[in-house]
Amino acid sequence: MSEILYELREVHKRYTGRTVLQVSTLDIYRGEVLAIVGPSGAGKSTLLRLLNFLEFPDYGDLIYRGKVIQPGTMPLALRREVTTVFQRPALLSATVWRNVVYGLRVRGIRNGARAVQAVLARLGLAALTHAQARALSGGEAQRVALARALVLQPTVLLLDEPTANLDPYNVGIIEQVVADLNQTQGVTVVLVTHNVFQARRLAQRVVFLLNGTIVEVASAGPFFESPRDPRTAAFVNGEMVY
Amino acid sequence: MDVVWAGLKEGLRLLFAGDPYLWEIVLLSAQVSGIALTISALLGIPFGAIIGLTHFPGRRFVQALVYTGMGFPPVVVGLAVYLLLSRNGILGPLNWAWIPQLFTVPAMVLAQVIIATPLVIGYTMAAVSEVDPNLRLQLRALGATPRQATWAVLREARLGVIVALVGGLGSIVSEVGAVTMVGGNIEHATRVLTTAIMLETRRGNMDLAIGLGMVLLALAFMVNLLMAQFQGRGK
Ligand SMILES: Nc1ncnc2c1ncn2[C@@H]1O[C@H](COP(=O)(O)OP(=O)(O)O)[C@@H](O)[C@H]1O
Ligand SMILES: [Mg+2]
Repeated sequence: MSEILYELREVHKRYTGRTVLQVSTLDIYRGEVLAIVGPSGAGKSTLLRLLNFLEFPDYGDLIYRGKVIQPGTMPLALRREVTTVFQRPALLSATVWRNVVYGLRVRGIRNGARAVQAVLARLGLAALTHAQARALSGGEAQRVALARALVLQPTVLLLDEPTANLDPYNVGIIEQVVADLNQTQGVTVVLVTHNVFQARRLAQRVVFLLNGTIVEVASAGPFFESPRDPRTAAFVNGEMVY
Repeated sequence: MDVVWAGLKEGLRLLFAGDPYLWEIVLLSAQVSGIALTISALLGIPFGAIIGLTHFPGRRFVQALVYTGMGFPPVVVGLAVYLLLSRNGILGPLNWAWIPQLFTVPAMVLAQVIIATPLVIGYTMAAVSEVDPNLRLQLRALGATPRQATWAVLREARLGVIVALVGGLGSIVSEVGAVTMVGGNIEHATRVLTTAIMLETRRGNMDLAIGLGMVLLALAFMVNLLMAQFQGRGK
């Protein structure tokens, strides 16, 4: 078994007194693509915010590379190993270039031009380098969002429904890049999706989250072909009403 | 009617001939309001950004205070500063070096800061809270520190922030009640555009009053033109 990157132990997250996430145990391994599936409101996005250290558990331990993560003592360098692409790309009202270079700038990296160019080319955005972000189509904007994450060479890439509402062409590009990133560079990917087909195409392991708790964790094959929990089966077969 | 035409002509002549009395007043006005606006910006922009972007207990209360401050009648501000600084007031008797004396430029600056700061805070607050709230989270996820993320959001809201500054300037440069009360309209010392116009009108020096009035109008017009320009560009 490869190195464990994240260990979650009895992690609880509450909003205004309501517990929305309650994970008794979950390990995430270096180099895997882990899909998190579940109906909306299940707590998937909340889990990703914890994994990106944007919020912290109210109870329990979130351990990243052996260190218990706490709000005040989180080293910046460690936090910067992880990044997220959200469902809706929130871009700066500036050029594509400025958006992609942003993460490098905040790290004080001034000589990132070549890396930015390479990433833009990889995502088919070279021709749009100097375009204004607000003039982009939805698919282009999401590719910019992925580009600005990739340029950081993250250890962990968190994707929160990155292709919801995109056309098949853009879905294809994004899935291709994510798969390639994982296979050739060993980037750990946690993919939130409510598209079970996408989970099947990309993930090695799948977590089924329902009402803030994990119903089932399994390798992709067994998860889709012989789920243990009837609720997982219902979700996989598209029978779950939500 | 003759008075107006004669006044306009003479006012223009004074303006362009570089009349020392008139220009002294114009420059002092620019100085007082410029310093006050700078201080208001340094206080108001960070405060506005924090109130607009973060959630803390009592935020609604603070917002209500700011909105109240935006609507303060300048005369009341003048009264408050007067009571604060006068010999038998609250701070006056302390005689500390950094406390401004009544009827001086610093006292006028203080009053204008109190008038303009809530406006700058309020407009900045509104401007940053119009920026997509997901942007800040996204920037944090890209590795920005809270400070870096706040700075980027302020940049996103820059048109609104400029409108905040222009609005603040407009409110103090044309204000007369507070500067009269705490400045005293002393010649060569605390006489600014608005107080001079009042005085010269009362003295019957219509040409001077009109000349000063034109400067003030031109200033107000430029301020509003700037504001319209920036607001239009955001669209
Ligand atoms: N900032 C928040 N404040 C209050 N409630 C929240 C907040 N974020 C999420 N929630 C609630 O937590 C639950 C899980 O939300 P989320 O993690 O977004 O689910 P998912 O991504 O699986 O759709 C939902 O009921 C949602 O309303
Ligand atoms: Mg979600």
